[in-house]
Amino acid sequence: MSGGLSSASFPKNAHAALANPPLLKAIAHIEETLVSGRRRAVDALPEFEALRDAGRDIKAHTLAHLDLYLEAFEKKVVEAGGFVHWAADAAEASRIVLDICQAAGARRVTKGKSMITEEVGLNAFLEANGITPVETDLGEYIIQLRGETPSHIIAPAVHVNKEQVAADFRRVHTKLDPLRNLEEPTSLLAEARGVLRERFLTADVGITGANFLVAETGSTVIVTNEGNGDLTQILPKTHIVLASIEKVVPTLEDVATIMRLLARSATGQEMSVYTTLSTGPRRAGDPDGPEAFHVVLLDNGRSAMLGTEFEDMLRCIRCGACINHCPVYRSVGGHAYGSVYPGPMGSVLTPSLQGLEKAAHLANASTLCGRCESVCPMRIPLPKMLRHWREKEFERHLTPKKARFGLAAWRFLAARPRLYGAVTRMAAWSLARLAGKDGALKQLPLASGWTRWRDLPAPEGGTFRTEWAKRGRK
Amino acid sequence: MTTPKPQVGLFVTCLVDFFRPTVGFSAVKLLEDAGCEVSVPAAQTCCGQPAYNSGDRAGARALAEQVIALFETFDHVVVPSGSCAGMIKVHYPDLFSGEPGWRLRAERLAAKTHELTSFLVDVLGVAPLPVSWEGTATYHDSCSGLRELGVKAQPRRLLSAVDGLAIKEMRDPEACCGFGGTFCVKYDEISNAIVDRKTADIKSTGVDLLLSGDLGCLLNMAGKLKREGSRVEVRHVAEVLAGMATGPAIGEKTK
Repeated sequence: MSGGLSSASFPKNAHAALANPPLLKAIAHIEETLVSGRRRAVDALPEFEALRDAGRDIKAHTLAHLDLYLEAFEKKVVEAGGFVHWAADAAEASRIVLDICQAAGARRVTKGKSMITEEVGLNAFLEANGITPVETDLGEYIIQLRGETPSHIIAPAVHVNKEQVAADFRRVHTKLDPLRNLEEPTSLLAEARGVLRERFLTADVGITGANFLVAETGSTVIVTNEGNGDLTQILPKTHIVLASIEKVVPTLEDVATIMRLLARSATGQEMSVYTTLSTGPRRAGDPDGPEAFHVVLLDNGRSAMLGTEFEDMLRCIRCGACINHCPVYRSVGGHAYGSVYPGPMGSVLTPSLQGLEKAAHLANASTLCGRCESVCPMRIPLPKMLRHWREKEFERHLTPKKARFGLAAWRFLAARPRLYGAVTRMAAWSLARLAGKDGALKQLPLASGWTRWRDLPAPEGGTFRTEWAKRGRK
Repeated sequence: MTTPKPQVGLFVTCLVDFFRPTVGFSAVKLLEDAGCEVSVPAAQTCCGQPAYNSGDRAGARALAEQVIALFETFDHVVVPSGSCAGMIKVHYPDLFSGEPGWRLRAERLAAKTHELTSFLVDVLGVAPLPVSWEGTATYHDSCSGLRELGVKAQPRRLLSAVDGLAIKEMRDPEACCGFGGTFCVKYDEISNAIVDRKTADIKSTGVDLLLSGDLGCLLNMAGKLKREGSRVEVRHVAEVLAGMATGPAIGEKTK
């Protein structure tokens, strides 16, 4: 799903990423753009912490009554003249979307940025069935040209630099004047806009995701910075919203509360540039809008998370703050995860979607530093949930044998204080002797994972407990 | 009538016990000078965090029971590590959910367990010792201490009283150093990339000394700095505060 990489080969993917200087340079920009931006926005809003509590409470309440709010939402969509479809899994969602497209006689669809369509693999499915999907978000458009998947949930092309984009445009935009300057991001944007304008006007169906589904009005809400979402959903005759079930909130007031957290956490903006509400198809007298309005509600493993230790994950509003602040993501980028959703939120969500067997590395590939939780606008306890996956892995005997043996040996030793004292005393003495006057070891058998990259500072000599006892202390 | 001295049990941690007893002795000195009666139960080993973070709840639980039984009689339990203190303070009660008896004992221990600098500042409110260290230092905020226990201002407040010492902050002192317990050997290449950014930040401050409150992070950063040929000294904050930063620094040559 992710450019051919799988979560099971995470260490290998990470190794390749670490040997890719342009990639490392591209993801390093996250610090001065997204991370600094969030810091400034949060510092400028004294009630930010109180808003986080409010946002968490709204989502927790909604999840506790998810069935009621989804049914209320469905009723309102239908009242407004739209259709609601329920999809249990990715295959069903893709099939529903295809049926709607085929019924509309569609050949070409435009798409707003949507991670759910990535999750269900919609583009490949539509193409296999003779329908051409065109991504209209600039980042998504770029990676579609490159045949890649997003490496970040809000900045899908964050791994690409502008020289690579210029080369891709020259390769694909065959009418492009070779003398045209494509050195600046603004000229790249202008080039993409020019090409996309014609696609917007000729699309038969527009597909978007949703940041929110509003139960009290039956509205779907998207936020974008490029306005591409609006052209996607207003110009074609049919608008399909593909959204997962946990996007529902009770009221517009709730949307307003969470919106104050979303853009600040994501990009550091107070609000995204465009916020668009869609409520049913075009009404008599409306100047524009689609003739048909469909909402496809995707479950895909989410309802099974309700009532479990992973329920809190369903509060996620996909801002990407955890990803931006993750030291592991910042080292290897998003594709290494081999999953649709990278970083801490992805490492919690992916085992639920793909199964733990395929995704066991993800929960382990974290220092549990906790920075993700400290910036999460929904206060999702991400490290705790990563640990829950590790526990499930251990319970199901999926933990590698070597690690299980190490843990068992450590437990055996640590539960026998006298033996522990003797063994550690000998080991400390030996290592101190081995290091001699150097004070550190350049290499050590069985510790190559450490000494391959750094010296191992040597023990001082005697253990604390030995030295303490020598002084006659208790 | 004199108030009895507070009885403090020092949980020295397995890393300090093994690698750097000086940190343990520094902690004892700081606590005794602050008027505490310090004991170090000889049967202590590990808090169980490696098992807990590897998904082995039963293994973690067994070691937690051992620690609870050894330390529950003290007035306070003090730990020269935010990570091990966080394990006892934040995670022990969670290990015993559904077992009211053990849960209560875990909660009682959690309530009286403190990271060293937080105990000195927040609980005792003592005046720092009159010590000196000539030079500039930077302080790394270890993740668990910072984000689980709120240790941030306490070590800096204590260090501000050290004669001759000037603190110069890193650009991002709160960034993880990449140690992460077993992470550093399980995903060693990624761990290296993380500590590489950390040492770059440390070196860009131009300081003489790197301090922190967790030996795991210190061993990682010291090992990397040494491999890079840096001359920055690395020490646990307790060594400087106790005036015991006289021997070789972490990973440094002995004379």
